[in-house]
Amino acid sequence: MATLPSKPIADDVSLLVVLIDTNPFFWSTSSSSLNFHQFVSHVLVFLDLIVRLSQLNQIVVIATGHNTCDYIYDSSLDTDQVTGEGELPALYSFVLQRLEEFVNKDEKLGAKQDGLSEKRVSSLLSGSLSMALCYIQRVFRSGPLHPQPRILCLQGSPDGSEQYVSIMNAIFSAQRSMVPIDCCYVGSHNSAFLQQASYITGGVYVKPQHLEGLYQYLATVFAVDLHSRSFLQLPRPAGVDFRASCFCHKTTIDMGYVCSVCLSIFCKHHDKCSTCGSVFGKAQLDAASDRKRKASES
Amino acid sequence: MNNSEKKRRNGEAEEENEEDVEDEGRDAWERTYTDERSWEALEEDESGLLQPIDNKAIYHSQYRRRLQSLSATSAASRIQKGLIRFLCVVVDLSKAAGEMDFKPSRMAVIAKHVETFIREFFDQNPLSQIGLVIIKDGVAQSLTELGGSPEAHIKALMVKLGCAGDSSLQNALELVHDTLHKIPSYGHREVLILYSALSTCDPGDIMETIQKCKKAKLRCSVIGLSAEMFVCKHLCQETGGSYMVALDEGHFKELLLEHAPPPPALAEFAIANLIKMGFPQRAAEGSIAICSCHREAKVGEGYICPRCKARVCELPTECRFCGLTLVSSPHLARSYHHLFPIEPFTEVSARQLELSRVASKTCFSCRESLLTPGTNKAGPCAACTKCKQYFCLDCDIYIHESLHNCPGCESRRITPAAASATMS
Ligand SMILES: [Zn+2]
Ligand SMILES: [Zn+2]
Ligand SMILES: [Zn+2]
Ligand SMILES: [Zn+2]
Ligand SMILES: [Zn+2]
Ligand SMILES: [Zn+2]
Repeated sequence: MATLPSKPIADDVSLLVVLIDTNPFFWSTSSSSLNFHQFVSHVLVFLDLIVRLSQLNQIVVIATGHNTCDYIYDSSLDTDQVTGEGELPALYSFVLQRLEEFVNKDEKLGAKQDGLSEKRVSSLLSGSLSMALCYIQRVFRSGPLHPQPRILCLQGSPDGSEQYVSIMNAIFSAQRSMVPIDCCYVGSHNSAFLQQASYITGGVYVKPQHLEGLYQYLATVFAVDLHSRSFLQLPRPAGVDFRASCFCHKTTIDMGYVCSVCLSIFCKHHDKCSTCGSVFGKAQLDAASDRKRKASES
Repeated sequence: MNNSEKKRRNGEAEEENEEDVEDEGRDAWERTYTDERSWEALEEDESGLLQPIDNKAIYHSQYRRRLQSLSATSAASRIQKGLIRFLCVVVDLSKAAGEMDFKPSRMAVIAKHVETFIREFFDQNPLSQIGLVIIKDGVAQSLTELGGSPEAHIKALMVKLGCAGDSSLQNALELVHDTLHKIPSYGHREVLILYSALSTCDPGDIMETIQKCKKAKLRCSVIGLSAEMFVCKHLCQETGGSYMVALDEGHFKELLLEHAPPPPALAEFAIANLIKMGFPQRAAEGSIAICSCHREAKVGEGYICPRCKARVCELPTECRFCGLTLVSSPHLARSYHHLFPIEPFTEVSARQLELSRVASKTCFSCRESLLTPGTNKAGPCAACTKCKQYFCLDCDIYIHESLHNCPGCESRRITPAAASATMS
């Protein structure tokens, strides 16, 4: 409204916030047919496609690193670079340069911390998701006429179960603001967090079969605006993994014990809830009948 | 676009504002004045001239006060919420419910707001259950069994809407007592009575029934629609509930919705318990399986019990074969922000920001400039005590009221992370 007085915005104008997973642990170990440079080049062509679809489309790129997250590119800040005819290589080189700076910074931060725990190879998805949602709230505040926002997670790293609560918080906030979270997962196993994110917010979750054709998946599924999306036959979700993380060891479990007072999840039986301090009574009606039934079965 | 603007919900605070707009109690012009009381915010400067109102600053300071009072309550009392509740909602549909002092009638107003209440209740208490009871012609009748599906309750109430005869508090209490006394010990037993009548027509001694409810640890609350009654007050006092009489529709709604958030868990009312639960996967769309609940072949749309692999149609439920309680884990996760609240940010004055080393002077999470528009001077902002990042005031509100994550803290590794070992 106040920001774009001369440009009326229709419902097919998008604000696409792309979260790029740069986690070196994933990209250095992934044996798939796609390395980080190929991945980035597919993504760059896709970003180019978005700004070419409508000159009012806005893109924001946020990098999801292993030790930090940061904004890489915001098309609303340098409009002359993107909308200028034939100057698209400027977008490419700018994003590439910023990504390289980011990866170096991320690596340095990692080197500073010397404690070793080889298990932890996740990236900070909760950080980049939170930033993306704050950015989108800012766009909502800018007035009644704003582009339709959506988030696209390009993720490859496995889920960091220590981020379970914060990722769920972000998902619910996105759902309340009606911001869909789309996911294109390029890792080897499915991501339970991102499946839930897409399912709860009404986004699309895709795990490409042939990674060398990544651009094709991006262009056919994620390029169209939300309004036109309703006319597409989108890939149907192959199930949603609703597993949770236990609060005690941060492992992903499909069965566990839940505190009846605060709903904390534990993988083992405890006498006392470590979250709320409740002491569990002896009246274990459910668990007892559960055990009995199990015993009679076997 | 405007539509989406309207539908979008920014946080709890805004949700309530939206609902207020729908109030039909007053004319629109009256409402704007009573709600905003804009004249009270006007201030004069030394020379008696009116000063412009800084709405944003006022809004933010209100929010900060709310946040401070919230964080002042100890962590323990914030967490100790009895989140597994078994609530019987008793709706008085005696002929008094047909009175038209509420527009169009008490009954219609009750039905409308009970619908909102049921949805809100399940949103805030994902594992809880509601049962509906109506009083009509002097008898109490169970409309729905205790269950977790909001739609089923709402539908049942709408079908049975219609009033006749006398009201009987005792009959209603006997019925809910029979329903609630057999639920597991970890559950909170609650009764919420929406009472229109000014009398009760009972078959026996109601005082005995009240003592029976007290013994069974039923927490009974009453919202009256006409005038205060001694027997209701006595019931609530004895059982630890609350008794209120609604003045008008808006007030009634307010009183009703106060029962949606979980009450503080009093140790005497329920025993904490560890319940074994399964978090089933949602089956792939298009897959065909026979469900265990309806014993029908169904395409897609189902969940798989993690222990015995049986298919069920809806969550939450209990597996028919192995007895495992099956819940959807996102349902549990909705309340986790109560458990791990982020601490209030500290206010950073313009001067502090000016002196700070943050070169960019932009909000960490949304990249909005922290300088006051038009000038090059720093404006007020907020800082996280843990990660020391600066945030604009709008993000501060959004982060605490809706997101419940600090973007700064989430964007760094606190514990020593994996290092060079796996790096080539
Ligand atoms: Zn554990
Ligand atoms: Zn607990
Ligand atoms: Zn079924
Ligand atoms: Zn089972
Ligand atoms: Zn901000
Ligand atoms: Zn922080």
